[in-house]
Amino acid sequence: MNNIVKYIIRFILFIALQVFVLNNIPPLHQFIVPYLYFLYILWLPFNINRFFLLIIGFVLGITLDYFSGTPGLHAAPCVLIAFIRPFLLNLLIPQETTEQSYVEPSIKSMGWAPYSLYVFLLTFTHHFYLVLIEWLQFGNILFFLGKVAATTLISLLLIFVSEMLFFRKAKFRTNA
Amino acid sequence: MKNIFLFIQNYFTFLCFLALQIFCIVMLSRNSLTHEAFFASTANEVTGKINKQFDNFYSYFRLKEINRQLTAENVMLRNELQSNFIVPDSSKKIVIDSLNRDSFNRYRKFNYLPARVVGSTVTLQTNFLTLERGSLQGVKKGMSVVSPEGIVGVVTEVSDNYCRVMSLLHRNSKVSAMLKNDLNAGSIEWDGINPYYLTLKNISKGAQVKKGDTIVTSNYSANYPPKIMIGTVADFAVDPTSNFYTLKVKTATNFFNLQYVYIIENARYAEQTMLENKKQKANE
Repeated sequence: MNNIVKYIIRFILFIALQVFVLNNIPPLHQFIVPYLYFLYILWLPFNINRFFLLIIGFVLGITLDYFSGTPGLHAAPCVLIAFIRPFLLNLLIPQETTEQSYVEPSIKSMGWAPYSLYVFLLTFTHHFYLVLIEWLQFGNILFFLGKVAATTLISLLLIFVSEMLFFRKAKFRTNA
Repeated sequence: MKNIFLFIQNYFTFLCFLALQIFCIVMLSRNSLTHEAFFASTANEVTGKINKQFDNFYSYFRLKEINRQLTAENVMLRNELQSNFIVPDSSKKIVIDSLNRDSFNRYRKFNYLPARVVGSTVTLQTNFLTLERGSLQGVKKGMSVVSPEGIVGVVTEVSDNYCRVMSLLHRNSKVSAMLKNDLNAGSIEWDGINPYYLTLKNISKGAQVKKGDTIVTSNYSANYPPKIMIGTVADFAVDPTSNFYTLKVKTATNFFNLQYVYIIENARYAEQTMLENKKQKANE
């Protein structure tokens, strides 16, 4: 129960941060859009049902979409990374060790290298798909490549900063 | 039959994934009416209310700029007051009031409705504003929106108490504009690069363009009243392969601190667009 409340509050905070702070930052360049909201999907617990993960991804994306007036634009990439996430985690986590007993992905529960890879791949996938959809509507190849690279870098930076700022207690799953 | 169930069971998440993806893409293609019918109005209401709460708090930080804009506009309006002009005694007094028509058989074509901006973005490729005024307060789709400084955009979605405006800073926005001093018309678009600059295309090379020239809305637009400020020419390029100039236009409106805007109702909008669309059909 406590956990569900925690995740709902986190959801609201991520959306509020994206809509009211990050979307209002004065633009530095066309390619640089700071996205952080999808970190919510990355921080969901290991043992979440795949179907619910998809639904949560969709709801997160569509909520942001209604604030920015583009229904479907952010929802589609969120569903995609929610779909890929379990496969990626299975690949990256050593199955035989005790590390599976942590609740959610973090530096401590997965180790520096696997966690960074996990964050990088999902961030890249998210931005690649997001910009691809934008690119199909308008724009040229340079816009596509530049924006994917720039937004991915900015997002990784933001994720790094938020990992440093908000130290999450790496909780063990209470199984006993 | 059993195999079908097994298939669905095995690939349940994948099928859900596909279904959600297709749903997203369908919503994204604006042509579909599903999005509008099921979601737009209620979702607009909810996000509008949340935006308003945030704006209540945020608006204090922009009071200074709003005051400056209002004073500038007041000065402009005061300069146009009747009392500033000396009229010979023999002249008739002309008063245009808000009645539908006056004794000179003039009709009111444009009507200004004030509205408060409760949400806006400038950093995306598709930027929208949310205004606190909806269909219950007389807003309809296609109405144009101007700020005290210049034009802002066109209403694209309306719910009961809120409406959503496609700003000039939207990759699909297109406004008919002209040079103020020699009335050459072209269309204003945004290339998505810099929210301070727009692009004016299709100005013929016969036009005399200088840096700093004023760009205003043209007479051809169904949404906008003619001769409303859009911006000034910042730079222009001569493309030897075409017969047109491409101008870089500095926006008059500052999209970063919009607080109060006017929604402009064109009483003959429906009539004009109906006629224009009819002509298009006959051409096909």
